[in-house]
Amino acid sequence: MNARLYVWQRLSAAVMAPLVLVHVIVIFYATRKGLSAADILARTRGSAVWAAFYGAFVVAAAIHATIGLRNVLTEWSPLQDRGAGMLAGAFGVLLFLLGTRAVVAVVLP
Amino acid sequence: MSDSPSELTVSLWRGGQQGRYETYKVPLRENQTVLDVVTFVQRHLDPTLSYRFACRVGMCGSCAMTVNGRPRWTCRTHVSRVAARGQLKIGPLENLPVIKDLATDMRAFFDKWQQAKGAFVPSPTRSEDFAPIRPDSPARIAADAAIECINCAICYAACDTVRWNSDYLGPAALNRAWTLVNDVRDGATSERLQAVAAAGGCHACHSHQSCQELCPQQLNPTASIAGLKRRTMWAYLKGEI
Repeated sequence: MNARLYVWQRLSAAVMAPLVLVHVIVIFYATRKGLSAADILARTRGSAVWAAFYGAFVVAAAIHATIGLRNVLTEWSPLQDRGAGMLAGAFGVLLFLLGTRAVVAVVLP
Repeated sequence: MSDSPSELTVSLWRGGQQGRYETYKVPLRENQTVLDVVTFVQRHLDPTLSYRFACRVGMCGSCAMTVNGRPRWTCRTHVSRVAARGQLKIGPLENLPVIKDLATDMRAFFDKWQQAKGAFVPSPTRSEDFAPIRPDSPARIAADAAIECINCAICYAACDTVRWNSDYLGPAALNRAWTLVNDVRDGATSERLQAVAAAGGCHACHSHQSCQELCPQQLNPTASIAGLKRRTMWAYLKGEI
């Protein structure tokens, strides 16, 4: 890992830390209040705030996981930097697409 | 095997990379270092035993070996502190190729010092006056905390990251780089930060802290590496590296 990847990993972690906290609180709130899927969708659909919140979450998670996975692969697999970077990058793109699809599904009106 | 208090059972690594442990009986003395034990075997039991030592007083960093599973400076390690039930198992340092018996090939270790730009690069010329360095300046305090390395390679042998990643520069080389980064007289900070920020540099460290746990000089290379991570990050953000 070089300085550039280190900065991006720390930066994405710093973005995710408060988002994870709010996300966990939301889970507790939704389960404790017994919200149904319809109740949740009623709150999220058309909401720019939730779109921005989970959109940022998806971007930060995709960046963070990509760099982390690249490190794991370079250390623990026979792959060299380039191969590990490509594989981790492909995983990051997949993570981004799946995450974006999920966010779109709950925030589009 | 003997439980007699007058005798130690000592297993020593014999051979090269492919070898085996051989067992010797060594008289137990009241005041005895692990290096004394190895020396006894070589002087009295088997003169073909190869090992490395020089000063015998913990200054030169030559005599590090793996003692009962842990890398230690053998000249300052008393048998009474490490011999479990009169048993000693002494092998060469890990993470370095074995030349013969207890002597390892330390070239990779010292090459990495060079890679980390571990040599001082003077910035002023001889016609200029001495650089005034305040002992209480933050940079000097940081350098002083890391400066007493004796190049024994115990940290290198103890490091999990070195074991996993042969390109990793290792705790000692990075610790050395940290002392120079904090030396205001040095003129190669930018090149050094670039060297330690490359693949295999400070960012590869997992902060397991075996280096600081086992450093016989009680240095903390993990803290030095954390310092390098901070310095290289700011240098990168400022576009200096």
